[in-house]
Amino acid sequence: MAKSRDPETKPRKGLSRRAFLSRSTGLAVSTPILASVGLAAPAAAAADVKILGPGKVPITLQINGKPYNLRVEPRVTLLDALRNNLDFTGAKRVCDRAACGSCTVLMDGKAVYACAVLAIEGQGKQITTIESLSSESKLHPVQAAFVQHDAQQCGFCTPGFVMACKALLDKNPNPSINQIREGLGGNLCRCGTYAGIRQVVMTAGKAMKGGQANG
Amino acid sequence: MADYSWPDASRRNLIGKRISRIDGPEKASGKAKYTQDLKRPGMLYGKLVTSPHAHAKVISVDTSAAEKMTGVKAVKLIEVPKDEVQWEGQPVAAVVATEEHLAEDAARAVKVTYELLPHLVREDDIAKAGDRAKEPNEGTDGDPDQGFKQAEVVTEGFYSIPVIAHCCLESHGSVTEWEGEDHLNLWLSTQAVSASAQGIATPLKIPQTNVHVHQDHIGGGFGSKFGPDLWDVQGALLAKMTGKPVKMMLDRASELMFAGSRPSTFAKVKVGAKKDGTILAWDSLSWGTGGLQGAGNPPIPYIWKIPNHHKHTPVSTNMGASRAWRAPNHPQACYITNSALEDLAADLKMDPLDLFLKNIALCDRADLYREEFLKAAEIIDWKKKWHQRGDDTSGHIKKGLGLSLHTWGGRGHASECRITINPDSSVSVELASQDLGTGTRTVINIVAADSLGLPLNAVKVNVGDSKYPVSGGSGGSTTVGGVSASTRRAAVDALEALFKQVAPALNADPGNLEAVGGKIRVKGDPAKSLSWKQACAKLGVTPISVTAQNKAGKDELTNSGVGGVQMAEVTVDTETGIVRIENMVAVQDAGYLINLKTAESQVYGAMIMGISYALYEEKVMDEATGRLLNPNMEFYKLAGIMDVGKLHVHMMAGPDQEKRGVIGLGEPPVVSPGAAIGNAVANAIGVRVPGLPLTPDRVLAALEKKGVVS
Repeated sequence: MAKSRDPETKPRKGLSRRAFLSRSTGLAVSTPILASVGLAAPAAAAADVKILGPGKVPITLQINGKPYNLRVEPRVTLLDALRNNLDFTGAKRVCDRAACGSCTVLMDGKAVYACAVLAIEGQGKQITTIESLSSESKLHPVQAAFVQHDAQQCGFCTPGFVMACKALLDKNPNPSINQIREGLGGNLCRCGTYAGIRQVVMTAGKAMKGGQANG
Repeated sequence: MADYSWPDASRRNLIGKRISRIDGPEKASGKAKYTQDLKRPGMLYGKLVTSPHAHAKVISVDTSAAEKMTGVKAVKLIEVPKDEVQWEGQPVAAVVATEEHLAEDAARAVKVTYELLPHLVREDDIAKAGDRAKEPNEGTDGDPDQGFKQAEVVTEGFYSIPVIAHCCLESHGSVTEWEGEDHLNLWLSTQAVSASAQGIATPLKIPQTNVHVHQDHIGGGFGSKFGPDLWDVQGALLAKMTGKPVKMMLDRASELMFAGSRPSTFAKVKVGAKKDGTILAWDSLSWGTGGLQGAGNPPIPYIWKIPNHHKHTPVSTNMGASRAWRAPNHPQACYITNSALEDLAADLKMDPLDLFLKNIALCDRADLYREEFLKAAEIIDWKKKWHQRGDDTSGHIKKGLGLSLHTWGGRGHASECRITINPDSSVSVELASQDLGTGTRTVINIVAADSLGLPLNAVKVNVGDSKYPVSGGSGGSTTVGGVSASTRRAAVDALEALFKQVAPALNADPGNLEAVGGKIRVKGDPAKSLSWKQACAKLGVTPISVTAQNKAGKDELTNSGVGGVQMAEVTVDTETGIVRIENMVAVQDAGYLINLKTAESQVYGAMIMGISYALYEEKVMDEATGRLLNPNMEFYKLAGIMDVGKLHVHMMAGPDQEKRGVIGLGEPPVVSPGAAIGNAVANAIGVRVPGLPLTPDRVLAALEKKGVVS
């Protein structure tokens, strides 16, 4: 007979939860904790909510101005639908839980984490992915600035950063430090391209203010 | 004998300039395809069943429920040595299904029972390591006992740097697809395209020539992706079982648990000096872990050749095994050594810059380090800003400065390059190398084009395919030297072959021709020339195809051994314990530079990665459960765009650097940030925070210990 151990019920000899939280994350722990409480609440409590699934359901997504019909289980994220069911692989799956921004797409013009949106929630929304920003011959000013300032190395975070920059600059081509923090603070890079990305915000903001945007 | 030597500034158009990376548009537009992005017809998704325990015996595995699930095509046990799992996350079975979430469901449905065995996952207290502490590495250089006898001041300290993860944004993994019975296509996220064919052929028991490795782009490696790994082999076996291509990519938790880590180091240090700052003796007792094998033997004392006694004990723990992490062993040794020397300076009430310069003769390349320190000091305005340890201005925001120095080898690896000049004037360059995002493709393009007197876009660079000539894995900063040297030789040889063919038409001796500005012309008589297109047309129907090598080892085109220094300016809030980087300066030498733009990017990137591990990163292990407590990116923290302050990179340039040849740059600048930032924090708050990362709780604890709680 195998023994098993339940870490939740055994006394802990190591770090207390509080010590762990403080040592691993510094001060920014309140948001994910509260969010997870919210997620744990019973869903679909109201009687008039239509229950979908658990099997595949037909949905239509408006992506880059075109409708796409597909069948997905309701639990499938927008990111996985884009990448696996369709072929929009610009958005990357990295953390898969809304921490790194590599999957950033725009939904009705607003930057969202596609890994934290269900595909069925994307219905009726205008979804913009990085694939729509450039043509064969012309990069979007944000993309051109990424090349010019070498704001990319391995490039895996780049599509997410490009979309986050676009969303930021569409709203405000001349953002303040705090607006940059808000607009790009949700995206992470491992190679360390932030110095270049800060220059991108300046250059692309100017180009977009000058009416050169094509996105 | 052909002249392969690097052209000086008067004879080059592209080399040494700031050139945008050639795959930049592809990446910035989201078109670049990584292994994770690939889809093959009929492809199945694989998922690992992993151990939730740090150390346990596998008693039984029941796959029956999983096998019956929707979409599941195969479930396969993985042989576990001695039936013992040795770390959380160790794979015990694998499943494949038609969709990714169905594979996840099936992996969860595999029932594994375990008998728990004792584990050790925390090594911070070596007294608790028991027989997990392995045979120490011990040594003495010079006469430290004599040094301590003569010492007027002896500084003692304790310093630590934890186990951290590589955290590649593209997780490890592959797509495998068989052609017939014994030919395998392998798309792999790898730092070693050439070596991966053999890497997977051996466990699969097929000839390595039957494996075709492909990789266009890789989403980060940092030393952790020299696979193929166990899961890639399992993917290939499942592809065989099902007759379908299989994609097997690790999930984020697995990536953080066992796809690579950097060993920890804890050290008790004693350093002796005269009152005037002359350093005399060093003694250190250190330990660290990199998982079961122990691992890690940091070169302590680092760079400074102080008469010393050093003892390092590897500790075996039940954690996923360490892998080379950008500049293996150096960041740890650098942090321990330069922290202790800064503490010595504080005890002596000396400016550490003065202490370092006074003793600089203890370092190889002393003149270079001196020059680099003075340059960095000028840029950050050290002499004006530095104060004695402890910012004594009022208020709770304290400012401080810190410094460090580092070194690395970086000689070019073995590499073979094939250049083909076609009669239609097109030129292709082929190497089974890879571009990790360091700009390797662009470097190859620059060297080939400049050597042939052509613009960048006249040359097509092909890498990432094992059918091309063999080139080394990208580790240890060896790629730029290797590929630039092999490409240079191939280009010079190809050009000589072309000169022979076109010399009669120009009525000249082949040795008297040169390729400049897209023309082949007679030296000293530029009017006598052919355009590149006209010259290539003389080839008739036969292309020129030339292969040339760089051999590993001493070579005129590439060299080893850079220096480099960094300085950091921080502010620390003594009420919250939060450390902020205000300014950071890197002064870095790297010999003959091929592309200034991507070279600078390496240094910026390394500083940022260094800020990240100095302030945020740690694999937090729980001794009670044996588990990693932060196997995700909300609790395994990376620095964000607003966390990194103002950064300044100064590349050493000029004839002294150029004559050294090409030297790799990926590792060195990631070595110093921990030490420089740690020293700046000590200078700001007046007390050493002994361990990285410099999180608020550690800063507050150090302040509390010193009795300056605000």
